[in-house]
Amino acid sequence: MLIAVGSMALMGGVLGGVLGLASRYLAVKENPLEQELQSLLPGANCAQCGYVGCGQAAAALARGEAPVTLCPPGGKAVAERLARKLGVKADLSGQVDKEPEFALIDEDLCIGCTRCIRECTADAILGAPKQMHTVLLDNCHGCAKCFKVCPTEAIKMCKVPVTLSEWHWDSPQAHSGRLH
Amino acid sequence: MSQFIVRSGPFTHAPTSVRATMGLVLVALLPATAFNLWLFGWPALFMFLATLIFCLLAEAGCLILAKKPLMPSLGDGSVALTGWLLAMSLPPWAPWWICLLGAIFAVVLAKHLFGGLGQNVFNPAMVGRVALLVSFPLQMTAFVSARPLGSAAAPGFGQSLGMIFGHTPWPDQVSAASALGYVKTELSRGVPVTQSMHHLPDLMDMALGLHPGSFGETSALLLLLGGLLLLARRVITWHIPTAVMGSLFVLATLFHAVDPGRYAGGLFHLLSGATFLGAFFIATDYVTSPVTKKGQLVYGCGVGGLTWLIRTFAGYPEGMAFAVLLMNALTPIIDHHFRPRAFGRTPQGDPLPLKDRT
Amino acid sequence: MKLFPVRGGVHPDYRKERTAEAAIVALPLPKALYLPLQQHIGAPAEAVVEAGQRVLKGQLLALAGGPVSAPVHAPTSGLVAAIATMTAPHPSGLAQPTIILEPDGREEWAALPPPIPDPFAADPAVIRARVADCGIVGMGGATFPSAVKLALGTEHKLDILLLNGAECEPYLTCDDRLMRERAEAVLDGARIMAHALGAARVVVAIEANKPQALEIMARAAAALADVTVVKVPAQYPMGSERHLVQAITGRETPARKLTADLGVVVHNVATAQAVREAVRFGRPLLSRVVTVSGGAVAHPANVEAPLGALVSDLVDFCGGLTTPPRQVVNGGPMMGQPLPSLAVPVVKGMSGILALTAAETNEQPSEPCIRCGTCVTICPCGLVPVEMAAFIRKEDIDGAARLGVQDCVSCGSCSYICPAHIPLVHFFNYAKGRLAEKAREARRTDRVRQLVEVHNTRLDKLAAARAAQAAAVEAARAEAAKATGATGQGGAS
Repeated sequence: MLIAVGSMALMGGVLGGVLGLASRYLAVKENPLEQELQSLLPGANCAQCGYVGCGQAAAALARGEAPVTLCPPGGKAVAERLARKLGVKADLSGQVDKEPEFALIDEDLCIGCTRCIRECTADAILGAPKQMHTVLLDNCHGCAKCFKVCPTEAIKMCKVPVTLSEWHWDSPQAHSGRLH
Repeated sequence: MSQFIVRSGPFTHAPTSVRATMGLVLVALLPATAFNLWLFGWPALFMFLATLIFCLLAEAGCLILAKKPLMPSLGDGSVALTGWLLAMSLPPWAPWWICLLGAIFAVVLAKHLFGGLGQNVFNPAMVGRVALLVSFPLQMTAFVSARPLGSAAAPGFGQSLGMIFGHTPWPDQVSAASALGYVKTELSRGVPVTQSMHHLPDLMDMALGLHPGSFGETSALLLLLGGLLLLARRVITWHIPTAVMGSLFVLATLFHAVDPGRYAGGLFHLLSGATFLGAFFIATDYVTSPVTKKGQLVYGCGVGGLTWLIRTFAGYPEGMAFAVLLMNALTPIIDHHFRPRAFGRTPQGDPLPLKDRT
Repeated sequence: MKLFPVRGGVHPDYRKERTAEAAIVALPLPKALYLPLQQHIGAPAEAVVEAGQRVLKGQLLALAGGPVSAPVHAPTSGLVAAIATMTAPHPSGLAQPTIILEPDGREEWAALPPPIPDPFAADPAVIRARVADCGIVGMGGATFPSAVKLALGTEHKLDILLLNGAECEPYLTCDDRLMRERAEAVLDGARIMAHALGAARVVVAIEANKPQALEIMARAAAALADVTVVKVPAQYPMGSERHLVQAITGRETPARKLTADLGVVVHNVATAQAVREAVRFGRPLLSRVVTVSGGAVAHPANVEAPLGALVSDLVDFCGGLTTPPRQVVNGGPMMGQPLPSLAVPVVKGMSGILALTAAETNEQPSEPCIRCGTCVTICPCGLVPVEMAAFIRKEDIDGAARLGVQDCVSCGSCSYICPAHIPLVHFFNYAKGRLAEKAREARRTDRVRQLVEVHNTRLDKLAAARAAQAAAVEAARAEAAKATGATGQGGAS
């Protein structure tokens, strides 16, 4: 009995010590997770998640302070990838993908102040001071930063229309309530 | 009209249904059931009906508790089949409370606690049988010798009612051991198989079903008839029955050839116990067996091999139920590892190499 | 010719007898034709006419919108009433730009490109250009621009042009009728295509349930040394490109490759006929044969309809509907797409219009899967539908992709046979759509990231330049200060 208790205690002590030493001397200084997480985010620094940019969002994710569903432009796809990387089970059933949007400038209201141009991280807005601006649809990723700074509310966020070639069937389960 | 567009194609469907499939299995079970009802008389009929009704009631209770609609599930024949198979695996004169407990084990424990039809990992009827067998070994091995309806020795209607639902004692000298049980007991007393065989019904009677055993398992020929019906109507394919009986027969024959005193022969193993019932009706249960053909062969060989192992070396003389349950547990793994080869891909899943054309 | 077995498949109730003996009849010119700009796979065509313009039969209405696209021509002479958006003959029911043409009934032809007198002496590139200019697309339902497919011969060494007359879909008999009534034209078109492809042989595959077509085509091919007519078993989906190639050559097209990599290109019989019209007579694709059938149609028929005629025009021509249909389908019942309404136009890929009754669709509410494994047994692609559906049910689209959902050809056999009536193919269509969407999203995210990087480097450069400039100014100022300081000091000292 005593031998058993003693040997168990000894083993516990030794192994615990090894673990303690390992945690001190083999510790990784920087969190490599942060960078990996950042590479999964869209990288537009659109700040829709509430953090200043994707780097800060990744840091928060790595600390476990932010949910994987934090990125509205990334939608379900990004949330899934983050969840897989972090090894967490994310409940994405409630997560509704924000439909993709693009910014549209009302040409009558634009005063050519260039604030939106300075705000745009993807160079999607063309224009010069005192001249009307337009949005390059191919470049716009719908982060809505320009929408927020426009002093004359000349910018509208519009839903990207679904085209015939992009349309696809919804899940049969989405209709289960309607069948029969 | 656009409200019609809720489903993509196809817009034609084969006249197949779960109900029709289950119905066909029940029809295939009829000959053997009818024969054994005749063979074991009124008590067997009461036991059979009691098991069926208890299973239906258990299903209804579970559905009510789960707030699911009663009708499609009760009516599709799946629970009737579970009850039927459970009854066939019970001793013919088992009392009502055995039937009730079996129904609860099978329907509530094995089926509904796993999520209902299609979700269960283990064959419900076999869970029922095994749970009863380990809990009530005495009642579950109380087999009877044949007392055909109409014969002088058969218990009457009233007496039978009392035997199943009350405390009426069994008629004298009716208890009998199953062939497998007898051989096993004799072997443990040191009597070699070759010798104990002489006290058993001959193989012809075994094939016809004139020997003691569980209610539905005795008649190999009539079960084979039902199995052939299922094969002909493509409810099952040859893979599982052939693998089960083939592996059992080959193993038994090989070992019998090595030591006939210790190991019973292949034909004896095929005709005794629940071999035919298991191979055609229990191991082929859709829900708990693999979906791919290769997987089914592996699974069938596992069931046959384990049956022989358990019958020969384990404490129980009967092995089919245990073997089926053990292989049920492996079904997901078998399904994972034995997928068919996809069109245009290697068995590993890579695209086929392009051969040079000349 | 020796045939090779094809895995799996089903034998649906073919119900072809309703229209198999119905000779092709022309639809009288409707009051208006509606010509969508997207009737093919690829970029939409771009309209080159304006509302109010008079156009002649065969005149170009819309130009191909890219390398993979197809032009649209006027099926008859008349007035362009408008270019408006209109419900597409597509399950989404989305609207798309459509040219509305009011026929004047005069059928005045525009100046057509000259016939190519001897196609077999012509350069394949000339034939391809003609096929492209005439707006021909795969008429079996795939609607892939035919000229692009005819260009496969430039990169692959091809042996066989496999002419697909299998018509394995139930109900449809338009290809059957075409082969029976215009066998010479079909074979001529096929041989022109084989020439354009550089393929030495033409093999015509026809399912055994079309004995007359087999006989007529064999007779027409008897004089042609390079054409073989082959009877393939009636087994759905025999008409699937890859499976037909396997049945004929015994070889499996590797995943993510083309049949052209095996030296075989598959074209539909109706496409062959359209190619002949384009090459021999300079006529663009203006009409097609449509099987109008289904239990709700009064008099099922094979109708040759001008493109742009409304589905309701064809149904009325066939005596209208006897009962409200459960489903109206564009194409066959196995792989066809549901139509959002009868007020949609006939397009190039519409091989059938089926108004199906509830008894015909036999659609039942889904029940729990009993894992019977029939879907695994019959899957012609060797997949495990039951498992893939289980993954998709849990929204694990990537899991389904690992099981090969993208190898699924959506033939519908599993849904057709499922005793629990689970809409398996619907699950797979959804998964494939989601995967495509994810790929698009990933591309978009990458693009945005690139844009942001460019933006940031530019800003950095700008900041660096500004800093350098500021430093230079500072340095200059310091220099100047030093100079003045020195003089000051010098002055002071």
